[in-house]
Amino acid sequence: MIEPGLIHFLIVGAILFALGLMAILSKRNTIMVLMGVELILNASNINLVAFSRFTELSLDGQMIGLFIIIIAAAEAAVALAIVLNVYSRFNTISLDKINLMKG
Amino acid sequence: MFTQLPLVILLLPLLAFVLLIFLGNKLPRQGDWLATAIMAAAFGMSLLLMITKLTAHSGEVFSHSVTWAVVGTQAISFGIMIDNLAAIMLVVVTLVSLLVHLFSMGYMKDDVRYSRYFAKLGLFSFSMLGIVITNNILLMYVFWELVGISSYLLIGHWYEKKSASNAANKAFIVNRVGDFGMFIGIMILFLAFSSFAFESIFASIEAGQLPFGSEGWLTAAGVLIFCGAVGKSAQFPLHVWLPDAMEGPTPVSALIHAATMVAAGVYLVARVFPMLTADALLIIAYIGAITALIAATIAITQFDIKKVLAYSTISQLGYMIMALGVGAYTAGFMHLVTHAAFKAGLFLGAGSVIFAMHASLHKLHDHDTDAQDIRNMGGLKSRMPVTYWTFLIFTLAISGVPLTSGFLSKDEILAGTLAFSTLNGHWLLPLIGFIVAGLTAFYMFRLFILTFHGKPADEKVNTGISESPRVMTIPLIVLAALSLFFFYSFNPFGASGGWFFAAIERPLSVVPELLQPASYPVFYEAVSSVHLVAMILSVLIAGAGILMAVAVYHWKKISADNLAQMAGFLFKGSVNKWYCDDIYNTLFLNGSHAVMRGLRWFDETVVDGIVNGAATVTTFFSRISGWVDNHVVDGLVNGTAATADKAGGLLSRIQTGKVQTYLLYVIFSFLILFVFFM
Repeated sequence: MIEPGLIHFLIVGAILFALGLMAILSKRNTIMVLMGVELILNASNINLVAFSRFTELSLDGQMIGLFIIIIAAAEAAVALAIVLNVYSRFNTISLDKINLMKG
Repeated sequence: MFTQLPLVILLLPLLAFVLLIFLGNKLPRQGDWLATAIMAAAFGMSLLLMITKLTAHSGEVFSHSVTWAVVGTQAISFGIMIDNLAAIMLVVVTLVSLLVHLFSMGYMKDDVRYSRYFAKLGLFSFSMLGIVITNNILLMYVFWELVGISSYLLIGHWYEKKSASNAANKAFIVNRVGDFGMFIGIMILFLAFSSFAFESIFASIEAGQLPFGSEGWLTAAGVLIFCGAVGKSAQFPLHVWLPDAMEGPTPVSALIHAATMVAAGVYLVARVFPMLTADALLIIAYIGAITALIAATIAITQFDIKKVLAYSTISQLGYMIMALGVGAYTAGFMHLVTHAAFKAGLFLGAGSVIFAMHASLHKLHDHDTDAQDIRNMGGLKSRMPVTYWTFLIFTLAISGVPLTSGFLSKDEILAGTLAFSTLNGHWLLPLIGFIVAGLTAFYMFRLFILTFHGKPADEKVNTGISESPRVMTIPLIVLAALSLFFFYSFNPFGASGGWFFAAIERPLSVVPELLQPASYPVFYEAVSSVHLVAMILSVLIAGAGILMAVAVYHWKKISADNLAQMAGFLFKGSVNKWYCDDIYNTLFLNGSHAVMRGLRWFDETVVDGIVNGAATVTTFFSRISGWVDNHVVDGLVNGTAATADKAGGLLSRIQTGKVQTYLLYVIFSFLILFVFFM
């Protein structure tokens, strides 16, 4: 049985990051994109906590992780408010239809 | 008195002109009373001046000059000179002008440019008085031209009529031809003597100076100055303008074309008389004789009342010029004065008749009958008694019947020509003189009888005719009185003892002795010896002329048509005015038209060719320049624009407006940088 080390946590974080990125880039629905953003934030949280556990940083990484969770909560609130406004403005939340800035 | 008063007399009519031209329409009655009053004042002063001059200062000459301009070292002075000649002339001009002003108040009553008409009369009187009182030939030339322009304005007063404006042009242009000669004459004198003043020119000639050292030049100068008189006094060959000038209003004809302007030429010759050589005088005498004869023969066949008077004026002016030419200086000038009175009277009388005819024809709504044609008149005697009797006196005067002023002066002229021929053998001059005297009596009585006697041409017109208003008849009465003998000499059969001959003496010639005409004592003696013959002959011939006219036109014993047939080509020539106008038309008009056509050809082929050629070359180069502009310069500019447009179009494609695409770019860029820097 292999003892889980730093590298495994980082791999999980990288997978989570890649999944989030995929969600952001490929989803048409704005809510789904926001969920991708949450995934990326959590991927960074895993990295921070892993570095805090396996290096000399002690609790510093966990502190920043907590901050990120709080910021993520605030971000979600703001982002959903924006999405509501976009919906009332365009009657859709599909990112494909929102292309006013097309050149 | 003899410097200020003439200046005041000169400037009064100018004042009238200025007032009327600017304020004429604002004044009551359009200011006619103002112009007439000013003229009356000028006449009063002239009369005073003349009486003082002739009684108290008869022998003196008052001359006063001021320096007008200095050119280099040459001072040019203008001034006035009053001698007996000028003093008498002042009265003649202002009197006739005053009477014409009065007459015009009636004749021009309903004219559209009433006030302007009086203004022009003022301008004319001013210019004429200027000619009379100047002591300087250049200043005289200035006034001479002013007379020309005011005559132009007055002839063309009814300029809506094409014939009137043409006549005005003709008068001005023909006068200019004569003035051109006069100007050359003035320049010869100025180059030779460096002065324009009569006195200093005469003094230089008397001191033995000749222009350019030659006697020929002196004769030439005299003849050239005489050219001015030929134009103004309507002498042959420049007489053609005067008959046409009858297009002007009739009082104007009386003022300008009978009494004053045309007399200016005679006055000019009298002024320069001392410097004229015998040769120049002979030319002058013959020009006068030819003019007198030609005009008298034309007058016989004319039917327009004013045309007859116009030709008679030319003929009488020829008489005056001839008189001066033969040396009968006083007689010539006296004829000017007496003629001014009776010819102005004749014209005003004709004006009175035309005025009445017009009024009558107007009432009948007849606008086709010519109010000036004597064939349409006849039988006016009882309708217009004042006009009739005054006209009779004028006609007797111009015919040279004893007891009239015309007899006195004409008799002296004929005696002068006869004396000249006994001295020099030029028998043609008295012959023409006597023939013209007979012709004058004939055509004047023809005019008189056809107008006033016989059966009216149209009863309806005749009944509508009435005597002219008093403002028109008073001038006639005054002039008729002045046409009687006692104003000029108390002896009705000879003027030589009267005040006129005492006042106007022939000036001494200043030219070198060899070139002088027969001296005055010699001439005077010859005149005295032939005077009785001349007088008897002139009375007989005038009587014959009158008898002939009465026989043909009143008793109708002799048919006028038969006479005309007998005269043959003479009659045809007379009717056609000896073809003078036709000859001028062919020679000068067609000649100048031919020159114009030549110039036009030159213009159209050579000048236009050069211009068009230059234009073609310019067009060619502009085409090239335009091609370069369109293709090279515009190509560069458009190319730049097109490139920018294409590039923009391409680049705008990557701006999709989708957030996810931009994020993709960011990630790719990041990956590339990552690979690049790691």
